[in-house]
Amino acid sequence: MDFGPHLLLAILEGAVGAAVLALTALGLSLVFGVMRVVNVAHGEFFMLGAVVAWFIASPIAGHPAIGFVAALALAPLVAGAIAVVVDRFVLKEVEYDPEATIVGTIGVLYIIQQSALMIYGPEARPVEPPFNHRIALPWFEWGETGLEFYYPWGLSTTSYKLFVIVAAIGILLAFWVIMSRTRLGLIMRATQLDRETALAFGIPVQRVYSIVFGFGAALAALAAVLIVPIQQAHYLMGHDPLLLSFIVVIIGGLGSVRGTVVAALLIGMSDGIISVFLSPTLSKILATLLVALVLVFRPQGLYGKKMA
Amino acid sequence: MSLLLETKGLTRIYGGLRAVDGVDYTLAKGEIHALIGPNGAGKSTFVGMVSGRIPASEGEVWFEGQNITALPAHTRIRQGMAYTFQITAIYARLSLFDNVALALGRQDRTDVLGALDRVGLADRAMQTAGDLAYGHQRLLEIAMGVAQAPRLLILDEPTQGLAESEIEGFNTLIRSLAGDTTILLIEHNMQVVMALADEITVLDAGKILARGTPQDIHANADVQNAYLGTG
Amino acid sequence: MTVDTRSVLLHLGLIALLIVLGLVLPTYHQGNLARILVLATYAIGFNVLFGYTGLLSLGHAMFFAAGMYGCGLAMHLGGWPVLSALGAGIIAAAVLSLIVALLALRTIGVAFMIVTLMFAQAFFLTALYLGEWTGGDEGFVIAQASRQIAGFALTDPLTRFFAALAVFSVALLITARMMHLPFGRVLIGVRENEERTRMLGYDTFRHKLLAVIISGTISGGAGAAYAVLFGYVGATFASVQYSIFPLLWVLLGGMGTTIGPLIGVAFMFYLIDYASGLTNAYLLIVGAALVLLTLFARAGIVGEIRKRWVPWLP
Ligand SMILES: Nc1ncnc2c1ncn2[C@@H]1O[C@H](COP(=O)(O)OP(=O)(O)O)[C@@H](O)[C@H]1O
Ligand SMILES: [Mg+2]
Repeated sequence: MDFGPHLLLAILEGAVGAAVLALTALGLSLVFGVMRVVNVAHGEFFMLGAVVAWFIASPIAGHPAIGFVAALALAPLVAGAIAVVVDRFVLKEVEYDPEATIVGTIGVLYIIQQSALMIYGPEARPVEPPFNHRIALPWFEWGETGLEFYYPWGLSTTSYKLFVIVAAIGILLAFWVIMSRTRLGLIMRATQLDRETALAFGIPVQRVYSIVFGFGAALAALAAVLIVPIQQAHYLMGHDPLLLSFIVVIIGGLGSVRGTVVAALLIGMSDGIISVFLSPTLSKILATLLVALVLVFRPQGLYGKKMA
Repeated sequence: MSLLLETKGLTRIYGGLRAVDGVDYTLAKGEIHALIGPNGAGKSTFVGMVSGRIPASEGEVWFEGQNITALPAHTRIRQGMAYTFQITAIYARLSLFDNVALALGRQDRTDVLGALDRVGLADRAMQTAGDLAYGHQRLLEIAMGVAQAPRLLILDEPTQGLAESEIEGFNTLIRSLAGDTTILLIEHNMQVVMALADEITVLDAGKILARGTPQDIHANADVQNAYLGTG
Repeated sequence: MTVDTRSVLLHLGLIALLIVLGLVLPTYHQGNLARILVLATYAIGFNVLFGYTGLLSLGHAMFFAAGMYGCGLAMHLGGWPVLSALGAGIIAAAVLSLIVALLALRTIGVAFMIVTLMFAQAFFLTALYLGEWTGGDEGFVIAQASRQIAGFALTDPLTRFFAALAVFSVALLITARMMHLPFGRVLIGVRENEERTRMLGYDTFRHKLLAVIISGTISGGAGAAYAVLFGYVGATFASVQYSIFPLLWVLLGGMGTTIGPLIGVAFMFYLIDYASGLTNAYLLIVGAALVLLTLFARAGIVGEIRKRWVPWLP
């Protein structure tokens, strides 16, 4: 393949990654923004989404779309419910102390991951996509007769990958509507701005925290259900999304939705594109160092607040 | 008399607010100087800049004839300042002994107990500081300042939360330091101010409104009207 | 008896007890104990920063691994003798901790935790990336013949045990002494109230810098010793898991206590040893322990003992 088609392919792959990353990172960012705590177990809720999707979809016979839709609806609920339990029995008990929460959620990380190993096992298993057509993509070139279109060999994507991108955009818009147009969103934003005042105005802050924590986990699980037909479910799959979400949330600015989405695009796309040209390990090294240095020299990220 | 401390045009800006606004101030060696003014006048910010805890936006701080504006707080403290916080800042989980030992910079038993004794807390040396009553925590904070044997002792509202009898003890302690130690005292309790201060500076909205002996300030109609008795 | 003498007796008594254990235990447990002692040295290093200075690093594996790779590569690729290789490992860890400290100490709290985590992740990935030399995930084995000091083969179980004990004792005595000196007291001051400590005239940045370097260097020394004594070097030791372990050990044993790290490592070692006989998901124990400690016993085993019965425990 020539450079041009190659780049287009990289951009498409990057866009799928960016879409899923934006949803995952948004969950982490929401939790940090409203509750001022870092959920280190966030990647495990992502993994839960994929693993639960497999448990739901695989026994359902008939068209793969039935199992997929069921997983799309139920897996985030399961992950969210588990997160609410974690919030009740761990985070609330340590009174949302930032450092204790980190140590506690590291523990939760191992508990969820190892439970998945016991119940689901060490294998990687796919979920069948609801539809999956190969779509060949055209490329153009200046030929003797002017602009010529042709279909380079290997330049293709699938309808499912395009669906992932569209679905992610849809979910992001829905999220934005919830945050800016509904009472729930208003309550979340009020709690984020000032916990004490929110309490004084009779907002049940504890319940809001549970909802936010569950909601954040559900977003990660939702992202995982979308990606599992492409990537397969595995009990260790939460590691990379966690790291990338950290990177996104820090670069974007903690607690800033706009920053998170912009940074997810930036990181997801460049991760996709760079790893086509550089080794994926090298691009990860550069990304982690970049994040560390952003935190050191520009702790407020692109938008958003300083992490104390 | 020679100067211990001087500030020139000292200013601190928070956002648009000039919390301390071009203050020129001098403090002579050996004096007990009271800084008074309403809440929010900029007193804590001013002494914060003197001690280096808060960086100055503009202006200079001179200590013993040396420009110390660029020096970090810990160096200024090493050069002979001590600072007690308006909001009690002791080591709540350590013993009184350890608190004072850290202030002294050594664990000499006699010296530590001596410093605690000056505020009447020597018999509680092994207690955990956070378990003390609030008034006693203030006294511990003062003991830590005194233990450093500073040339300039900065006290930010030391008598807040002290009982009448403890205030009496505080006055005695400060008088016993006078001469060797120069004292810059932020104080709302006018009885304490009148009993201790050689001189008073009134700060208002970041600027010096008046300066003089307690009698002058007491007689000053402006100050009288606006600020005295509002503490 | 003053607190000082009691503390000296405690530490020397502990070392004497370990000598006796080394002599009487069967070879299997002797080997375990040697490993425990080296990992406890790592935990002691971590404790200097976390337990005494109040700075929680989530990336200490990079210091442990820096010592390990520094020493292991010097032997494996450079053919260096054990003692100079140990020195190389320790210097590598010291230099890395200086660099990390200068950058990471510009942040505080949660940001400090994440910055250290990210640096360690970059270190881990670099170890993988340089697989040609490091052997990546699989690592490399250090030739048995080269693992000896002045004719004493470190592959011999008893010799290895005493070498591990020597490393542990040095770290234990250094930190125990340090916490009695004004320097150590100031670290505790920084942990309890940094602003107050600064306003007592202490250069808190310099103290924190030294704490990171001392902590990182002890951890690196442990990593170097691990390479020499057990003959294996691999990227696992640089992974996140090996940054979480010392946190777990120190929380379990008792943060800010001199003997807590050893107690924590020993307890966890045998717990995991037992659990891995039952299930391949033995890390579940690690998770459960972390959650339970956060919820119910933040002072850890030795910390609770100190709180309830023996207030003078150092
Ligand atoms: N960290 C800060 N950020 C913003 N404003 C501040 C800060 N500290 C003090 N101020 C403001 O500066 C003014 C002076 O405060 P302060 O020096 O504490 O007054 P005083 O000690 O005389 O009561 C007040 O209006 C206060 O609100
Ligand atoms: Mg004040």
